[in-house]
Amino acid sequence: MSVDKATVAKIASLARLRMDDAALDRMVPELNQILGFVEQLGQVDVTGVEPMTAVIAQSLRLRDDVVDADPLTGGGVRDAVLANAPAAEHGFFGVPKVIE
Amino acid sequence: MSELTQLGVQAIRDGVAGGTFTAREVAEACNAAVADAATLNAFIVTTPDHALAAADQVDADRAAGRPLGLMAGVPIGMKDLFATRGVQTTAASHILEGFTPQYESTVSQRLWDAGAGMLGKLNLDQFAMGSSNETSHFGDVVSPWRRSGSTAGLTPGGSSGGSSAAVAARLAPAATGTDTGGSIRQPAALTGICGIKPTYGRCSRWGIVAFASSLDQAGPMARNVTDCALMLQAMGGFDPKDSTSLDLPVPDWSGALDANLAGKRVGIPREYRMDGTDAAILKAWDDGIGWLKDAGAEVVDISLPHTEYALPAYYIIAPAEASSNLARYDGVRYGLRDLPQGANLQDMYAATRAAGFGDEVKRRILIGTYVLSAGYYDAYYTQAMKVRALVARDFAEAWDKCDVILAPTAPTAAFALGEKLSDPLAMYLGDVFSVPASLAGLPAMSVPAGLDGAGLPLGLQLIGRPLDEQGVLNAALAIEQRAGFTAQPDRWW
Amino acid sequence: MTDSSYRIHGATGDWEVVIGLEVHAQVTSNAKLFSGAATAFGAEPNAQVSLVDAAMPGMLPVLNRECIRQAVRTGMAIEAQINRWSRFDRKNYFYADLPQGYQISQLYHPLVGEGSLTIEADEKAGIPADKVIGIERIHVEQDAGKLMHDQHPTMSYVDLNRSGVALMEIVSRPDMASPAEAGAYLRKLRAILRYVGSCDGNMEEGSMRADVNVSVRKAGEPLGTRTETKNVNSVRFVMAAIEHEARRQVDLLEDGGAIMQETRLFDPGTGTTRSMRSKEDAHDYRYFPDPDLLPLELDQVFLDECRESLPELPDAKRRRYVEELGLSDYNAHALTAEVETARWFEALLLTSAAAQNKVLANVAKQAANWLLSELMGALNKAGRTLDDGAVTPESGAELLALMGAGTISGSIAKQVLDSMIATGDAPGVIVEREGLKQESDSGAIEAAADQVLAANGDKVAQYRGGKAALFGFFVGQTMKAMAGKANPQVVNQVLQAKLGPAGEA
Repeated sequence: MSVDKATVAKIASLARLRMDDAALDRMVPELNQILGFVEQLGQVDVTGVEPMTAVIAQSLRLRDDVVDADPLTGGGVRDAVLANAPAAEHGFFGVPKVIE
Repeated sequence: MSELTQLGVQAIRDGVAGGTFTAREVAEACNAAVADAATLNAFIVTTPDHALAAADQVDADRAAGRPLGLMAGVPIGMKDLFATRGVQTTAASHILEGFTPQYESTVSQRLWDAGAGMLGKLNLDQFAMGSSNETSHFGDVVSPWRRSGSTAGLTPGGSSGGSSAAVAARLAPAATGTDTGGSIRQPAALTGICGIKPTYGRCSRWGIVAFASSLDQAGPMARNVTDCALMLQAMGGFDPKDSTSLDLPVPDWSGALDANLAGKRVGIPREYRMDGTDAAILKAWDDGIGWLKDAGAEVVDISLPHTEYALPAYYIIAPAEASSNLARYDGVRYGLRDLPQGANLQDMYAATRAAGFGDEVKRRILIGTYVLSAGYYDAYYTQAMKVRALVARDFAEAWDKCDVILAPTAPTAAFALGEKLSDPLAMYLGDVFSVPASLAGLPAMSVPAGLDGAGLPLGLQLIGRPLDEQGVLNAALAIEQRAGFTAQPDRWW
Repeated sequence: MTDSSYRIHGATGDWEVVIGLEVHAQVTSNAKLFSGAATAFGAEPNAQVSLVDAAMPGMLPVLNRECIRQAVRTGMAIEAQINRWSRFDRKNYFYADLPQGYQISQLYHPLVGEGSLTIEADEKAGIPADKVIGIERIHVEQDAGKLMHDQHPTMSYVDLNRSGVALMEIVSRPDMASPAEAGAYLRKLRAILRYVGSCDGNMEEGSMRADVNVSVRKAGEPLGTRTETKNVNSVRFVMAAIEHEARRQVDLLEDGGAIMQETRLFDPGTGTTRSMRSKEDAHDYRYFPDPDLLPLELDQVFLDECRESLPELPDAKRRRYVEELGLSDYNAHALTAEVETARWFEALLLTSAAAQNKVLANVAKQAANWLLSELMGALNKAGRTLDDGAVTPESGAELLALMGAGTISGSIAKQVLDSMIATGDAPGVIVEREGLKQESDSGAIEAAADQVLAANGDKVAQYRGGKAALFGFFVGQTMKAMAGKANPQVVNQVLQAKLGPAGEA
């Protein structure tokens, strides 16, 4: 499978990457080269093989339902949460007005 | 003081503990070396005060008779992928320029708790995507190594290129790295130092800027095997904040180091004898086989039949995960915001991400987005995860025949900056030997084996069973003792 | 296929409506699904946001056991298949209320599989018989943050307090055929969630909201194209949205138009739905297993605890009330529809039985009737509710015991109850203080009866002349003379003795 410019434009839009015509033109052959390379995977016989689900055999640990047990993963840290915000007002993050 | 910068982790720690020199003297010597090496561009920011404060604390603890940590008095470089509280953390991307975390990554916190100090944040390939340290927003890192008779700039490898350059140039006795498909091992090999990627789950990923979650692992880079063992002990351990963290005690790897390999079987995977591998690399590999035999090991031929498919599987899985992991860089909560006149929210995302990410990052986001998109998911992603299972199964079957695997780390010695930049695929192919162990989550290490004809270092890779970092470190030690690698780059910077 | 008689009458004939609901129910837990931040409603903006919820670089999710436990218990309550192996997937899209750029959800391997619930027959609402509504799955996922649009002229504000709160998405089969059935389904589901304790069902605070899938078709035809009306937050609105949407689709089809598969918004002000185009552009969510999390495997011990901690559920309780307590279907249904009512009733029943030294079945009817008519009526009148503590099951039982022992009459009991609601005092205290104890002493009653008979000689004559109905008049007058405190049985006996049988007419 190879991608054309329209497809790359659609992917770029899905990925929220603004790309002008020149950038798209440059990207098309690069992506096709990479896709051509990875497509050799299709040759592998995977009959009866389950996709890998865990790198190292282990199952999911669960946390206790305790609020703010560890300050690094708890709430009540609004200043830290907002400290790097490009636009923060009245305790909120600001974004361009959204019309729903 | 310049001889202090020649010392490794263990030597510094023991010298400080024994009163031969103070931690402050070491920190000052390293700070000076860092300041003198701006040409290498190994650091994005330097933090001499952090190193001095940590050193003073160690000196005070020693004077007061308090117990000293595993890394007491050792100043290190911190790859700029680890969040450091109050110190800019960028992943070498414009999109995070100026971002100052209000938290400390688990691994860096453990290092500070063990008495280490920070010389600065080390340059890397942007979001750890690259094998040459040429994708950084903050410029290429230049290797301290040069081909004999040449002044051409060489790559220090990547993505932990700032780390490898700093350690090889004796700016720091050790540095942290992260390895997704070889980002610790390949730069270590290209700069004549050691680096180990532990079993997936040994080091917490909490606070490390994510590239590909199922592959990312932190590890140490240092100039000898013992230092790597020591530093890995300080970095590793269970972290309840990371669901994939292994809930296991950290072994005393450094204490248990043993280069006697009697009774051990070393597997030589025939599929790693690939076209395009440097003759010098093949020779180093043969040397390595001889050294391990000399250390008492039995050498056996093994097969890892899906090796050639590891790389294409990796270049589906890693970009897929990255495309999702990097969605959070959207200009809302931190980092760059590009808000063109009259832009709506979605325009702001697209403009911010276009301005903030470099070309290689965009390339991988696009590939990842494509392989996960409707209609392609099974053909690409599901197939890749099945092949990944087969790659892991190859290793699992190999462990019936051998205890550790010896292979080259990278197919070539360091190449020139700019040489492969215009050909992304050629760059990807350089990961061919390092990616299989990453897909299988196995501990793997690079150790220097010698120099090629141009005087550039070459590395050998050891791959071990899950959780058998000790076996990897022991085999690496056996090579280190026999390779007699003492070369270091002549100072030109 | 449909047994509902609900139809949209179009110009070209009658149309059936096919309805499926995806209910998002907030899981009752202290902390969020993947972080330790609190879930409480109404906090200051971004006060309950952890670094994890804000998707800071390098942050990782760790799953909250309680959220899984509650979702499993909910699955058990709808007799669904519980998947011992499930996992979480990322649903990727960009929006300002979604800090990670993806929602952690479950697409490929949900925690809970196929189940069902039964809605009860309701002739008045057009539900002729009990009906089983299929539930396809329940999966667990993160809630999003909240955008505020009216605080700033050019900016929207983002509050991430809800970001990462655990939701159960409960997906029904398209088994409903009228707004009434959808309403009944929602009410029943809400009741079950509240019985189980896995969701508080508070629709005003957004703890429960529904995405409403509606399509229309002529009888016997295949399913039509459906629309999805998002985030409707009350039973009434869900019913209104269906009605409007079905009518809109019929009108559109009959005008020769086609239905677009799209997302719509309900406007409670106008009762109409409108297309929501802002989220339409990218329906490619690129789901894939979240590599930060491992598969979730549940062991038998965990499942056993979930099962054992389930309370008796409304259907079972209703059957028991009818079969073991002898209550009417109507009362049993009324008592079990809300978990609070059932809990209150059972406490009342136990205390009453103990206070009156009777078995449960012998006090059940009295307790049920009193609760449903006397107590509910009096509380309603006073603008109070069952759970505000004015009357407790214990004080109710005391009141019933006073009646049962003949200490007060039924009419005095009403008066005492009003006083209990007004003052919160115990009934015994009120009876004592206000001197409301019933008079059973026949001497006092005879004296009162004599006065009544003497004062109404004409009526006595009429009674004796055959107007038997006047007996009630004498009882009433005697009770009045006794200020309502006379034991009505004794009054009856006394009057019968004094008047003798009514004469032949």
